[in-house]
Amino acid sequence: MRYIDEFRDAALARNLATSIAHAAQPQQHYRLMEFCGGHTHALSRYGVLGMLPNNVQMIHGPGCPVCVLPIGRIDFAIRLALEHEVILCSYGDCLRVPASNGLSLLKAKAQGADVRMVYSALDALKIARLNPTRQIVFFAIGFETTTPPTASIIKQAQQEKINNFSVLCNHVLTLPAMESILTQPSVLPLHGLVGPAHVSTVIGSEPYQSITTRFRVPVVISGFEPLDIMQGILMLLRQVNEGRAEVENEFTRAVTPQGNRKAQALVLEVFELRDTFEWRGLGTLPDSGLKICAAFADFDAEKRFTDLHYVSVPDHKACECGSILRGEKRPQDCKIFGSVCTPDNPIGSCMVSSEGACAAHYTYGRRSVNA
Amino acid sequence: MSYVKPLDFKHGRIDMSHGSGGRASAQLIESLFAAAFDNEFLRQGNDGAVLPLPPPDCRLVMSTDAHVVSPLFFPGGDIGSLSVHGTINDVAMMGATPLWLSASFILEEGLPLADLQRIVQSMADAAQEAGVAIVTGDTKVVERNKGDGMYISTTGIGYLAKGNAPAGSRARAGDAILLSGTLGDHGMAILSQREGLQFDSPIRSDSASLHGLVAAMQTSSVDIHVLRDPTRGGLATTLNEIARQSKVGMLLDEAAIPLNRTVAAACEFLGLDPLYVANEGKLVAICRAEDADKLLTAMRAHPLGQAAALIGQVVVDASCFVEMRTRLGGRRMVDMLTGEQLPRIC
Repeated sequence: MRYIDEFRDAALARNLATSIAHAAQPQQHYRLMEFCGGHTHALSRYGVLGMLPNNVQMIHGPGCPVCVLPIGRIDFAIRLALEHEVILCSYGDCLRVPASNGLSLLKAKAQGADVRMVYSALDALKIARLNPTRQIVFFAIGFETTTPPTASIIKQAQQEKINNFSVLCNHVLTLPAMESILTQPSVLPLHGLVGPAHVSTVIGSEPYQSITTRFRVPVVISGFEPLDIMQGILMLLRQVNEGRAEVENEFTRAVTPQGNRKAQALVLEVFELRDTFEWRGLGTLPDSGLKICAAFADFDAEKRFTDLHYVSVPDHKACECGSILRGEKRPQDCKIFGSVCTPDNPIGSCMVSSEGACAAHYTYGRRSVNA
Repeated sequence: MSYVKPLDFKHGRIDMSHGSGGRASAQLIESLFAAAFDNEFLRQGNDGAVLPLPPPDCRLVMSTDAHVVSPLFFPGGDIGSLSVHGTINDVAMMGATPLWLSASFILEEGLPLADLQRIVQSMADAAQEAGVAIVTGDTKVVERNKGDGMYISTTGIGYLAKGNAPAGSRARAGDAILLSGTLGDHGMAILSQREGLQFDSPIRSDSASLHGLVAAMQTSSVDIHVLRDPTRGGLATTLNEIARQSKVGMLLDEAAIPLNRTVAAACEFLGLDPLYVANEGKLVAICRAEDADKLLTAMRAHPLGQAAALIGQVVVDASCFVEMRTRLGGRRMVDMLTGEQLPRIC
């Protein structure tokens, strides 16, 4: 596996760990946030956390698409499947997210809902072509990485007049979430942000300038491989030590300053900003989510099934997903972590996706809690 | 019995009459199953097989397994060979010699007879190669859309010789953990077939009967504490089960775990962890550390154990955690599989 093994090399990792240890000044405590769930997962899976000095603390950010999805949006999808008998197509990670009334998409499926797991947005369109007499809804989630494929299938559906197909759009934006985190007093001080890998291939590195300028916090965009993240952490420590707050790009093999212009144009053509969108943990944020624009309204599930309305639902009382997503608490600070709430019986969304802070910690890092 | 028309194995399909218990059922059994599986027990044509008792110093081992794989045919095997290997391996993991199998078929109306014939022949070949006889069976037909083409359930019986038999509760701190070969070949062969993924060199299932390898390991006269085949849930789940049964922990060395390059690439591509992917022709053996070399030599001398490796050790741990030194040099837990392994989305 050329181009991958190089980024998991043990000798290079040892060197980087040594450089990080040298760069971390003993009198300073570094609080760094990895924004993306992809980074959270990789830090745990490759055992990177244990290779960092004690005064470099990684705080898990809200960049896990499944984790930030509020219960009301899943309820919406379940009602479409159960009451309107649509074929609901979803990425696998969403299926186990707990919703109201003890349901999840997986449990709704067992009750007779036609819920299908797809690997790509394109598969949902394929299912629509194969089932012309049924309504097919694609449950679209994710940050800027998964938005262009959704835009592309909506355009394709319009061109091919696949009228039994629509999209329940839950796409969200990275920068408003970052800004929200950086304005929460409880999460501060935050000394640096490991910037998203895949999101940045789409939006580029330039948009983060607004973050570094406004909040005086360095951002280093890093790839998802362990050496990428370690190099990103080293670059952040150096910025902190030198008093800089700049956007730096570790992931130059995939991220350019301007990003993927073609994908951006596609997204602009199909989507527009929602006034507000509810995030789990972050609350209702203005200009933070996307909806399907008027020219493609025929493919908007929220317009097609007009009797359904979004209803906001509070999280489970004991669940700390909100404060974990805001970086205020660690998974092990939650009273029900690992006892009531486990990957087999998730209470909150962070225990569902492998990118969720709680699931990653439960699966890979519980030993460090007990030790 | 003579029939007006022979079964049309080229264009014919299973219909409800094949499960009626009448003439059509009898014709299917006679001209397909009995012909392919032919042995002295089946030839008696009774409702059950009368089997000889084991020698006085042996005990009986029995195990059963249902097979519901989709697609029915995959690179390296099919549901037929898999249903023979799967059950033989469960008997073999008890340290026993498998001797007889039963086979129940649930066929879906509309299944092409050509497919059924191919699968039955594949079962017969697998059983013959393994030296195991299919001595009794049953066939039922369900309506179209009520089955996935076909399901096969097999039960195996074998003799277990006197002495120390392997068991999930016998792992001891200090023991060595051996793996007979590469991980994830079966699961990735199925998944890439199901998803229509093409790779430069196709991934073949490792589906195989392991009792020959077990016999070779037994001749080394090493006391094998635990034997288990890491099927569904993969190596990670199997080791966690053993750790809990034996009330021990484990420490694996990621760099020592053998992996086929294409499987590793496919897992990477789909966001899967090979530690959780199913195997159908691999085994994990746990023995005292000082016996590890001897057992490893015996494994490597057998065709199904050529890539065998020492992948870790059993440690004292009240929490029964399985942990791993990562290739990168870090350390992490290896938990049981939760739900189904799902591809990550970004």
